[in-house]
Formats: sequence, structure tokens, C-alpha cells
Amino acid sequence: MEEKKSFGAAALEFASNNIVPILFVVICAVCIPLSGFSVSYLLNEIVTRMGRNIFLILCLLIPIMAGMGLNFAMTLGAMAGEIALIFVADWQIWGIPGVVLAMILQIPFSILLGLLCGSILNRAKGREMITSYIISFFLNGLYQLVVLFMMGPIIPIKHFSIKLPRGYGIRNTVSLLNMRQCLDNVFAVTIGGVKIPVLTFLIIAVLCLFIVWFRKTKLGQDMRAVGQDMEVARDAGIHVERTRLISIVISTVMAGFGMIIYLQNMGNIATYSSHSQIGMFCIAALLVGGASVDRASIGNVFLGVILFHTMFIVAPRAGAAITGDSMIGEYFRVFCSYGVITIALVMYETKKRRNKSKTAQELARAAAEETAKEAAK
Amino acid sequence: MRENLAERNTLSGRVRAAANAFGLPRLIIAGFLLLMFIVAPFVGNDFWTQISNVINRFSWNAILVLAMVPMIHSGCGLNFGLPLGIISGLLGATLSIECGFTGTLSFFAAILIATPISVVLGAGYGWLLNKIKGGEMMIATYVGFSSVSFMCMMWLLLPYHSPTMVWGFAGKGLRTTISLEGFYDKALAGFWQIKIGTLEIPTGTLLFFALMAFLMWAFLHTKTGTAMTAVGSNPTFAKAAGVNVDRMRLLSVILSTWLGALGILVYEQGFGFIQLYNAPFYMALPAVSAILIGGASVNKASIANVLIGTFLFQGMVTMTPTVMNSVIHMDMSEVIRVVVSQGMILYALTRKTEGGGR
Amino acid sequence: MSNAPLLEMRNIKKDFFGNQVLEDINLTLRAGEVLGLCGENGAGKSTLMKILFGMDVIRETGGYGGDILLDGEKVDFATPFEALAAGIGMVHQEFSLIPGFTATENILLNREPTKHSVLSEIFGERLDTLNHKEMDVRSAAAIEKMGVHIDADMTINSMPVGHKQFTEIARELSKEQLKLLILDEPTAVLTEKEAEALLDSIRGMSARGIAVIFITHRLHEILSVCSKVIVMRDGRVVQDCPAAETSVEEITRNMVGRNVETGGAQREVRDVSGFRTAMSIRKLWVDMPGETVRCVDLDVKEGEILGIGGLAGQGKLGIPNGIMGLYEAGGSVTFDGQEIPLGSPRRCLDASLAFVSEDRRGVGLLLDESLEWNVSFPAMQIQNKFLKKYLGGLVKWRDEKEIYAVTKKYIDELAIKCTSSKQKAKELSGGNQQKICLAKAFALEPKFLFVSEPTRGIDVGAKALVLESLRKFNRDSGVTVVMISSELEELRSICDRIAIVSGGRIAGILPATASSEELGMLMVSKVV
Repeated sequence: MEEKKSFGAAALEFASNNIVPILFVVICAVCIPLSGFSVSYLLNEIVTRMGRNIFLILCLLIPIMAGMGLNFAMTLGAMAGEIALIFVADWQIWGIPGVVLAMILQIPFSILLGLLCGSILNRAKGREMITSYIISFFLNGLYQLVVLFMMGPIIPIKHFSIKLPRGYGIRNTVSLLNMRQCLDNVFAVTIGGVKIPVLTFLIIAVLCLFIVWFRKTKLGQDMRAVGQDMEVARDAGIHVERTRLISIVISTVMAGFGMIIYLQNMGNIATYSSHSQIGMFCIAALLVGGASVDRASIGNVFLGVILFHTMFIVAPRAGAAITGDSMIGEYFRVFCSYGVITIALVMYETKKRRNKSKTAQELARAAAEETAKEAAK
Repeated sequence: MRENLAERNTLSGRVRAAANAFGLPRLIIAGFLLLMFIVAPFVGNDFWTQISNVINRFSWNAILVLAMVPMIHSGCGLNFGLPLGIISGLLGATLSIECGFTGTLSFFAAILIATPISVVLGAGYGWLLNKIKGGEMMIATYVGFSSVSFMCMMWLLLPYHSPTMVWGFAGKGLRTTISLEGFYDKALAGFWQIKIGTLEIPTGTLLFFALMAFLMWAFLHTKTGTAMTAVGSNPTFAKAAGVNVDRMRLLSVILSTWLGALGILVYEQGFGFIQLYNAPFYMALPAVSAILIGGASVNKASIANVLIGTFLFQGMVTMTPTVMNSVIHMDMSEVIRVVVSQGMILYALTRKTEGGGR
Repeated sequence: MSNAPLLEMRNIKKDFFGNQVLEDINLTLRAGEVLGLCGENGAGKSTLMKILFGMDVIRETGGYGGDILLDGEKVDFATPFEALAAGIGMVHQEFSLIPGFTATENILLNREPTKHSVLSEIFGERLDTLNHKEMDVRSAAAIEKMGVHIDADMTINSMPVGHKQFTEIARELSKEQLKLLILDEPTAVLTEKEAEALLDSIRGMSARGIAVIFITHRLHEILSVCSKVIVMRDGRVVQDCPAAETSVEEITRNMVGRNVETGGAQREVRDVSGFRTAMSIRKLWVDMPGETVRCVDLDVKEGEILGIGGLAGQGKLGIPNGIMGLYEAGGSVTFDGQEIPLGSPRRCLDASLAFVSEDRRGVGLLLDESLEWNVSFPAMQIQNKFLKKYLGGLVKWRDEKEIYAVTKKYIDELAIKCTSSKQKAKELSGGNQQKICLAKAFALEPKFLFVSEPTRGIDVGAKALVLESLRKFNRDSGVTVVMISSELEELRSICDRIAIVSGGRIAGILPATASSEELGMLMVSKVV
């Protein structure tokens, strides 16, 4: 039936399925010339941001596979990563050893947070996204409690450079100058003025391979089954709750690693705000790459990072060029992030409903045909 | 059922039943607040000043919390999209000043201007929510965020000229904070204000809220209000009884949005400033948690929930910083506020709802 | 080798809270035998199978009496997984498949062959990778065993319904320990050709020594494929004989036949042929999942009680649900000479039709609201009853006093047991909830009333009261009543005429005085 679809119809279908990426290509195409950035500057920026963000975005893939939607609670992993880095900075262990130590240190934190988050989400089946979104706020409160009040009097923090002058709590920014880009600089190659952080990309490549491999494991298969139909999976003997829990824990731990990679590139921690926006930007980037709430691939991640961050880089300058006010561009890119998430959510929900009504239509048509046949007799 | 009855007959059973009916989280927060009130005078805070603060904050916020009620009643869930209503209110406020209204008149002009805007925005928002039944809360959140960030651009671009509102040096683009002095600062609060020593009661604002709460209560007692409640309680039942489910939901969203607009105007007249740009972003969350603390669930809410919830939540927010500061010289109020309010929302989300929509 | 039969069930008894649903069931089955199990809905077939399969419901409701012997050894399965391990497979009526997975992935769901790797040694078996080659081999073998070809690489959601059914069967066959396969109405969704293929496949399984219990309403299928037939009625075995020695007629008779003394006495059945036609339904189709109505022509006479009966899934429930606008429907319905538009509950109610749904909790009640609300709501919304008007009708205020009065009236009239009219509907027992649903419809004072399964899941006393109040409503107010019920005896006890639905069509209309056998034959006449 679908063989003889005309080219036009096929193109239209492609466009409607990929409306978000196409929209972003258009935005970028308009804004790049307006911004007046040089190609090498743009490339440099994009490559840096790819290295910085891809790991974080990849951690969203596994909960999507397990049918839990966009994991807004990935910020939990980011918090775990920050806490680990604060400790490492306090102990003054810098460079690669510091990064590696922080990565090891964050694992128990994020496993703990992941378990907490996963078990709450298991109690809120069917509204995982809004719940994970609120969890990220809730944990942000607890994070502040720990970092702002307990670090110092209860959790020993010695180094004055990161402690607030009042004697307890951590400063608004913790400098990681001594480990800044230490991963990125290993084996870094410069091609045509574009610095490529080879080691970071290698780590990302390993993670991609891990995800590809993971999909093929028994656990990955179980997650896909649970994601599509929990009841059927349960009847087949799969431990549904446990599987969902594992998917969240993996995601949180990966987000922890990702956050450390992100922060070593930035060179400092904004103690109370680094993590709060990260979830939103990662999710927006993934959706810009053409992913949806129930389906996302590694390709979506790469395409999304490139498109989203191109927009992010060029929007302020382009906005200033058009309106003469650089703030417009700043607001525009925030609007784009939220707008993209809104569109993706709406498309996901309407598609879910459309699929249902389609089956109803088919049944009705069959019944009508039969009625006609009977009338003819 | 029979066990319940038997339980009610013993004293301890009765106490337990009352505690259950009141809800454990509410009990804890009420206890906490009571403790604050008791401790406050001992650590050097004037009791009546504290009471005045709580009542003031209550009067600013109560209508924003009331804006949750219609959507909960019609089964659209917690209105995380409240910023949309707030934006209508902000447009009303700025346009009222731009048009040259001053004094108390500017307050009513703002309401008048905000009303059609909130109806149109609410209708669009309601139409969208009808297309995505079941996924309301997440999408509401992001509709709110998108509209706030969209308006961030608009505040800069719209051709406002009133010198009290635009940036002085550029001559265009609205300021982030606009003082309401000379406009509707304390427009309601100043009406019949009661001052006894350190106790100050904003009678006008409270009366205005009482009027709105009464209207809401009355609406829920009409034929249409009854239908709206039934839609939230069991949409299939309502459909089978001939109620147009989509229209009821749409109406509830418009009502919620309009109350949001009204709410922010009342908030501003008490606070004395209009806050633009990023300010409305997280205004939905305190309102949502307030009504939940008041004992509402994802699909049931009453005026009493609004009253109790706003009082407890605002009481907590106002009392903790001062008392905490005096006791331990640490301002943990922000942390406590976030943990309690988000914890309350989480608690509501993880509870099973009965008779919810299919 | 012992000579014990593969399966033996001895004196199986089961009651649900004192309500005896199975009494002294005895059944033996040898390897390779195909047993046809038939009976009306509610005869106890599925309860029996649930006991055999160790389903949770059985244990949660107090277990069962009697013994199950498998290969001569007594067994008592605590979960379906134990039953599976012992070699019992079951294909349920509802599909249990992952929509985005291929047939192969579904066939081997959670039993996938895997390959070990270094990581799985450290982190446990769940990190073994799937062995896709081996999976293909195994699923191909299972499909081969089934004897019906399906595409192993096709995903479930792009398959025709029949192939989904075959995927389920292949999944059971892929279990090596499988000795006994239970098929619960597997042909209901199949086309004629597919059904034929399935029968061949059952013969093939039987030849391989797998015993099959085949539950179906298509009796000719039983005769063509089974070696043995068991007919159940009211929780007992009423016929147990080799298939060769019986006929469709005999099975039908046994399925529906009742002793004269237990059958509800028919009281004053009226001849309605001279009555005016109140509603005429033409070419009605309804898309109600599981109760599809294909093409119904039916005339309802004014003032009669018309019963609509039929087996479950044949479409009898779809008729009122479609007309009242709860599911998508087409065709034409005229009432009192007026065309009723389909798909609009409001227009139906405006035309003085009313409907008591079979789905009490889902459609019939506001569980979280008071009885007062439940009773008065439709009448308030449709007819502006129980309202006080202010400001020249601009404000329509709930009249709590009148609402209380009407609720109180029906509480007394229908003997509804409750603490007060303010009690929440969810706190009432099933029978009393049903009465509330009736009160809701009565309060509308309709001219025409659809009542769907009014006695489902309520006790005997409440049943009699509900039926009596319906009859009274009909006789006193002259309201036309159409009652849909799976229980023939119930229909015969109160209706004037009984229409039987089969295969989404009206198979025939008989006076309520017709014998159970006649009605029973109609029930299975067009089963699809």
C-alpha cells in the first residue's frame, strides 16, 4: 500500500517527522552570516562544545530506551560530579590525577542519588518526566543544604580558597584552573586553527561503543521491552522495577562523568548554578538532533550538539545585528531551548493519540465496507 | 467501612482519623510553623510584626494559589503553566501605566486590560492541553517557560515609551523592576488598613481575595461548576452524562489563566514593584506546593485547601528566615523552602489518584 | 514408564467469597490429546484454566479445593512461572507481545540465548550479549513446529492480527519443556483461512505428543480437531465424551440447557407484535474494542422490555455504547420518528434516552463524589433539574435540598444500603453501586432506557431487586427498556422478547418463552 508514495508526499512526511532539526538548520543558516563570525572561530567553538557536552547528552539515551522519557533528573549526576570535584579541589589534587580521582569519587554519590531517583520514579509510573523534573529541584535544595551549610562544620573542608569567608559553605565559584582542560589537552591536535581534544573525543567514542554494545546485551533488551510494555515484560518474568532502577542509576553515573568532563573544560565550578541549567540544555540539544521522548540515537546526539550550539554561539551576535541589542539574542536562545522542548513534548503526546485514533478509523472503515457489501446483496 | 466506624468510636481512633484526614505532611508543617510562632518572641522577634508579615504575604499570594483550583477541578492537573497567566497580568500592568493611568485607577485599568489578554492566551493554552490529555503537567511547565522567555524578548522590543518604565539611557526596552509608586502601590492594601501597634492588616487585599474566593466557591456550586468537577472526577462519566468535556477543560484553563493574571497584579500592589523578564519563571512552583500543602491532590482541591495552604506556606517562608537567623545565625530558609515545597509536590505526584482520566 | 495421564484434575472446587463457581471438576488428558472445552461465559472455563496455570487471582481469593496431577504427581503452582517450568503453556485472549519487537524477539522474550563476555563475568549475566544467530535458529524452529509461516523479522505492530496470535503460539512452542498448551479462544481474531491453518497446526502439535486444551465458541472447530469434548455449565462438567460421539446440537443443548426448576419462572410475557415501533436501528456498526458491532438491524417496540443476549465479545455491549455515543459508530438510529445523531451523548439524552453502563466504575459512577451528586448529575446537566435560578436564569445554583430529596427517594425505593446520601460512591458495595446507577437513570425520567449487564458481579438478593425495579419502572411508567445481559435466564425472566447477537449481528429475535436450546443455537450461529 505504501510502495507508491509520491516523492512530494515522502518529502512532506520526512519534513513533518523532522520539523525540529529542519527549523534549527534554517535558524542557523540565517544567523551564521548575520553574526559575522569567521569559519575557523565557529568550528573551534563547536568542536570545544562537542567535547564538553556530548558525554552529558549521551547519558539521556538509556532512560529513553527504558521508556522513562527525558531524564530531567540527570542533574543529580551533575551534582554528584560537582561534589566530587569540590573534594578534589579541597585536597589540592590537580591535573589528570585530580580528574580521575573525582571520577572515581563521584560514582558512589551518583549511584546513591540514582537509586533514590529511580525508586521515586517507580512510584510515579506514567508521569516520570514531571516527577524527574521536580526531583531535580528537590535535590537541588538538598545539595544546597550539604554544600552551603554542611561543608565546613560537618564535612571537613580545609582549603580557604573554596570556603566562604564566614567559615562554612563553599564559595559561589570554585576555581579548577589547575585542571583546566587537562583532559582536552592530552594528544590535542590543531588542524587549520581548530583545536581538537583527541582524548576527550576518544572517551566519548568509548562511551558510544558502550551504548551500542549495551543495546545488544540482555539488560539492554530487557530495558527496551520494559520501555515498550511494562505489563508484557512483567508477564515474561522480567523484573520491571529493577530494570528501570538500573537504567536511572546508569544514567546518573554517566551524567556524573559527563559533568566532570564538562567542568574540567570550563575551568571553574559555579557551585550553585552549574548543574541547574545543564539538564535543560542537554535535553534541548538532544531534541534538536531529532530525538523524541521515546526514541533517541547516538546520531541525534551529535547532530543536536552541532545545531544547538551553533545557534547558541551565533544567536547573541545575530540578534545584536538585527535589533542592535545583544540581550535579544541571549533571550532568543533561551526561548529556543524551551520552545524546542515544548514542541517535542507536544509532538510526542499528539502522536501517541493519533496512533490510537488511526486504528479506530481502520476498524470503522472495514465495518462500513461490510455494510455496503451487505446493502448490495 | 464498618471498621472505620468502629475506629471512630474510640478516642485514639478518632484522633488518628482526624490526623489522617488532615494529612501527615500538613501536620508536620503546621507544627513547624507553630513552633516558629512560639520561638519568635523568645529570640527577640516581635510577635505582632511577625503576624503582620505572614498576613501580608498571605494577601499577596492567595489569588495565585486560587488560580490552581479550576484546572485541578477539571482534571487538567497542577497548573505549572501559571506563568502564562502572570504574563497576561504583566502585560495588563505595563499597558495600564503606558496608557497613562495612575493611582488606584491604574490597578483596575490593569485588570481590565489583562482580562482579554488572559482569555485569549488561556484559550490557546487550553486548546493545546485538550490535544494532549494525560501529558498536561509536563507540557504546561514548558508552555510557561517558553512564554516567559518569549516575553523576555518582547519586553525589549515592544514600543513602550513611559519614562517610568523604560531604561533611562536607551529610552526603550522595559526595566527589570518597575516601581509602582504613584501607580497602584498598596492600591488594595491601603484600603481600610488596620494598624494596632506593630500589627498591620491589609484589609482591602484580604477583602478582595475573599471576594474572589467567594466567587470561585459560588461558581463551583452552579450547574457549570458542578459539570467541571465531574469532568475532573471522571471524564468518561461526564461524557456519558452529556457534558462537553473539552469545553469544560477549556473553560477551566481560561479561568486559571485569568486568576493568574489577577493574582500577579494583587501581588504587585502589595510588593510595590513590577518584576519583568525572568521573574515569572519559577512563580508556579510556590503556588503549586502551597495548594498541595493545603491538602489538595492532583485532581481534588477546595477553597479551604487554598486558605490553609497559602497560610502554611507563606508562614513558613516569612517566619523561617527571621527566626532561623536569630536562633542559629544561619539563613537556611531558602533551603528549607525549596526542600519542603518540592518535597510536597513529589509527595503528591507519587500518590495514586483514583478515578483519574483515562 | 508409568501409565499415568499427562494431566489429571480431581474434584476441583473453587469459590469466590462464598460464591461457588466450580464444583467437583474432574478431567483427564493424555499426551497428544486435544481437548475441546466449551461453555457459556461464566460457566467456569477460565477460572479452571487460571487454577491450572497458577494465576495470582486464585491464591488471592483463597485458593482452590481438589488435586491437580501432572504425570501422576501432585502439583500446586504458586505462580504462572512454575506452571511454565512444569511444561504448561497458555495463549491468552489478550495479546501479550512487545509492539516494537520482531516476532523472533517476542518468541524468545526473556529466554534469549546469550554469549558471555568479560564484562558479564564481572557484572553478572544480564550483561551477556544476545546471540542473534541462535535466536533466529530457535524462532525458526518454533515457527516450523507450529506449521504456519510467519515472518520472523517483522515487528509486531506492523503484523496483521492473525500473525500476532501465531507469534504467541510460536512463543509457547519454543519452550522445550512444553507438554500441554492451553489456547483460550485463539480463533476469535483469525480469518477463516488462518483459523484453518491453526487447526492444522493443532493437529501437528498433537502428533508430536503435545496435549492441547482448546477453548472456543466455534463448535464445528472442536468437532473437527478435538479428540475429546468437555462441556461446562454453572461450574460443573455436564458433558464429557469423545468428540466423535457428539454433535454441535448436543453440545449447544448442554451449554445452555437448564433444569426446569432452576430456570427463572417467566412472568407475563407480552406479545408485542402489535406495539408501535419506538426505535429502529439500521446498519449500525460500532467500534468498541472487544465488542465490535458489524451490522445490526433492530426494531424496538414501545413499552416492551427487549433483551439482548449473546456470548461475550460478539458485540451485544457495543450496541448501547455505540448508540449512546461512547464509542465511534455509524449507521442510522431513529427514535420516535426522529433521527438520533451518533457520537453525541448529549443529543441522545436530550431525546429522552438513558443508559446504564456495564462499566460501573469507569463510566457509571463518580466514585469520589457523594451519592447525591451521582444520582442528580445527569438530570441536572440535561434537564436543568435540581437547580435554583437567580438573576433571571443567569446563575443556575445547585438546589441541595431537592438533590437530597431525590436521592433519599431512590435510596428508599431501591433499598440502597448506605450511611447517608452524602457517602462517597466508592464506599458502597457492588450491588448498591448498581442501584445508584439505576437511580441516576430513573432520575432522568427517560422514555427509553438501555441497561447493560445490570446484574454483573452483584449478589443474588440485589440481583432480584434490580430486576424487579426495572420491571416496575417499565410497567408503571411505560418506559421502553432494552436490557443487555450475558445471562439468558435473567433475560427470560423479565423480557418480552430476546434478540441474540452473534458475530456483531442480530442472529434472531425470539419471544422470551422460547426454549434455552433455541436461544443457544442462535448464540453460536454466526460466531466469528
